[in-house]
Amino acid sequence: MILFLVRRILLLIPTLIGVAVVTFFLIRVIPGDPVVVKLRADGAAVTEETIQAERKRLGLDKPLYAQFGDFVVGLAHGDLGNSLWTGQPVLKEIAIRFPVSLQVAIMATIIAILISVPLGILSAVYRDTWIDYVVRIIAVSGLAIPSFWLGMLMILALLSWKNWLPPIGYVSIFQDPVANLQATIMPAISVGYRYAAIATRMMRSALLEVLREDYIRTAKAKGLFQKLVVRRHALRNALLPVVTVIGLEFAFLIGGLVVTEQVFNLNGIGKLFVDATTRGDFNLIQGLVLMIAVIFILVNLVVDLLYGLLDPRIRVS
Amino acid sequence: MNSSMKFALAVGLVFGVASPAAHAQAPKKGGVLNFAVVAEPPTYDCHATTTFATLHPVRPHYSGLLKFKGDVNSKIELVGDLAESFEQSKDGLTYTFKLRRNVKFHDGTPFTAADIKATYERIVNPQAGILSARKALHENITAIETPDDFTAVFKLNVPNASMLNNFASPFNCVYSAKKLMEDQRYPEKAPMGTGPFVYVDYVKGATWEAKRFDQYFEAGRPYLDGYKAFFVKANSVVPGMQGGQFDAEFRGRTPKERDQLVDAMKDNVTVQEGPWTTSVLLTFNTKRKPFDDVRVRQALTMAVDRRAGAVPLSKISMLKFVGGLTRPGSEWALPDDELNKLPGYGTDIAKSREEAKKLLAAAGVTNLKIKLVNRNIAEPYTPAGIFVVSEWKKIGVEAEHLQLENKSYFDAQASGEFDATVEFISDFVDDPSLQFVKFISAKKSPVNVSGSEDAELDKLFDAQAATIDPVERRKLTQAFEKRAITQSYSMMLYWWQRIVVLNKKVKGWELHASHFTGQDLAGVWLDQ
Repeated sequence: MILFLVRRILLLIPTLIGVAVVTFFLIRVIPGDPVVVKLRADGAAVTEETIQAERKRLGLDKPLYAQFGDFVVGLAHGDLGNSLWTGQPVLKEIAIRFPVSLQVAIMATIIAILISVPLGILSAVYRDTWIDYVVRIIAVSGLAIPSFWLGMLMILALLSWKNWLPPIGYVSIFQDPVANLQATIMPAISVGYRYAAIATRMMRSALLEVLREDYIRTAKAKGLFQKLVVRRHALRNALLPVVTVIGLEFAFLIGGLVVTEQVFNLNGIGKLFVDATTRGDFNLIQGLVLMIAVIFILVNLVVDLLYGLLDPRIRVS
Repeated sequence: MNSSMKFALAVGLVFGVASPAAHAQAPKKGGVLNFAVVAEPPTYDCHATTTFATLHPVRPHYSGLLKFKGDVNSKIELVGDLAESFEQSKDGLTYTFKLRRNVKFHDGTPFTAADIKATYERIVNPQAGILSARKALHENITAIETPDDFTAVFKLNVPNASMLNNFASPFNCVYSAKKLMEDQRYPEKAPMGTGPFVYVDYVKGATWEAKRFDQYFEAGRPYLDGYKAFFVKANSVVPGMQGGQFDAEFRGRTPKERDQLVDAMKDNVTVQEGPWTTSVLLTFNTKRKPFDDVRVRQALTMAVDRRAGAVPLSKISMLKFVGGLTRPGSEWALPDDELNKLPGYGTDIAKSREEAKKLLAAAGVTNLKIKLVNRNIAEPYTPAGIFVVSEWKKIGVEAEHLQLENKSYFDAQASGEFDATVEFISDFVDDPSLQFVKFISAKKSPVNVSGSEDAELDKLFDAQAATIDPVERRKLTQAFEKRAITQSYSMMLYWWQRIVVLNKKVKGWELHASHFTGQDLAGVWLDQ
């Protein structure tokens, strides 16, 4: 197990180097000058001399290979450089936003698990009954309704009926738990519903497949109660694809809450990503892509470890 | 009551606020003003920034030498801020400022002329690593003398008719000489000036907080205990105000947002409206055929019925006022009878379009197809682009309307990858030296994307910039405007309307023609 972990962690290094190199060059291929956007976007007649001075100050006047050299040296020292827009260290910019997206992702995952596992089981066990139909309607609705639209509906509903809005601005849960939950619960629900819909469908189909297996039939033939068959023999095996989906969705949510963060004015990674891309903030984009790559790799690792826990055959192999 | 009546009622309330009776209402002290800022500041250094996103949260920490005061619907005046009085020499080469005494910085140190000198030297000759975005506007300053602690004298090499406006620029925040000596970058780290509010905290991407500076030099001011700025996306302003999260957004909202707020909040909001020193124009790429031909450019501007378009556009967008290169209603604007004689401003649109078709035929242009590059910002760029495309169709010209995100948009302009492009001009004051820069020759102007070279315009521009006498300067600016419109390197579309919706408890805020000015919040109070 330790060898497996070490090998997977070591694999992180070449993967991240590959991601870093590709990102560095790809974002610089896109036309446009971040300094021009920064200084002229509000209509100011800033001179070419000033533009050049700012390029120099930000190191953008250097040839591409020199910029790449600086980037690699910085990366080796754990320094992702400074944001071209704010001048602040990229790590600091990310660190401010990361807890917001992480918390919403965790809350959405909890909501998704709480909804999807029981509903998926019910739907599979009572296949083609009214329970199954209701669950399927709930799941299909979750897939069909975009999270941001659901979020907007929630905001409008609260405004119309209660004249209330969740507070704008994120407060740490350790600082003010009530304000924190007020700000994060609605985005978590709006995202969690879609997430739950995907996981519910996966849970249902995986369980249906397992329930058709010979060993389940044998267990039933031995006279075991349905509940026991499902809980002890079917569920663990059926959970494997569900864990995969939940893991991938969780990793996606860290950087993928782009529109939902805009709707709820959450100062998270998704909003930062959009801002960085719009402004052409190369350093920040690189940092964010690397961070998301790390999260995907780590989440995949956790999912692999969970496979081992759920299925002893995988653990052995 | 229909929505337009409700709106009229809300606007009426504003005029009520501006009436003498309302002025008699004594300002109340206390309370925290919450307002939205629909962008995030790239820096807190006023000298380095070009955006309102810095000024709205940061400017109340600072003072300037001069400032603009008043309301755009009555009169905006240039008054002293840190300057008690000011004098311009007859030759326009010397400006003498007598400074206020007993002014303190937030750290308790006294303000003196040395702070003015250090501030302006940072703007005129920034040290390596310091960005001074408006250095070129101050390049005529050759010396700053401080004969005593409360006198600052600026010497210029040539007269600069815009110099007083530049001294009132909201971006020219006065910094502490002592702090600058320690660290030239201190304003980027923690704002500290002589303004009415002291910086408290900034949560990146979320909020900016400030509290009252009890030793502010204007007696009795500021009235607020503090303010909190929320950095939000534009689409959050309406629900945010409706839900009571903010009391205002000072840049300006669309007519639709105004109506939504008035409809939802009824007499709990007041609306202030007026002209905006911001315009949308369309520029041709004169390096490309057939746009190098003045007849083609004139035909394309003559096809656009600005006056008829203004009515529907002003209901759905910020576009409203028809004018030339200077803001209609401003002291520099061309009189209507002169403007109407210029291409694109004729009062008979059918005749104009016939003339346009003839001009295209004379230029040998048939089946013209135009690549129109625009920003992908909906308001007001999308309606502006769609409007022009539909107007051109009326003379048989087709256009492909490309809306690009900011980076690609500026790149397309810089690389000349367009036939025509929707542009904008936004300044802190109506001043021809600021507003005409786009129209002088490309080799002289950093923001002329048409690629045009016009020695006559350059000559007129330089002459007006150095003419101190306002009457003489006006003659030159009008000559400039007539030539620029006739040559049609760019065609002005519309000047914007500024609509600011405030919670009714917000009092003492004055609507300026620029969203960059009038934001020190010293006179703002809450009626609660």
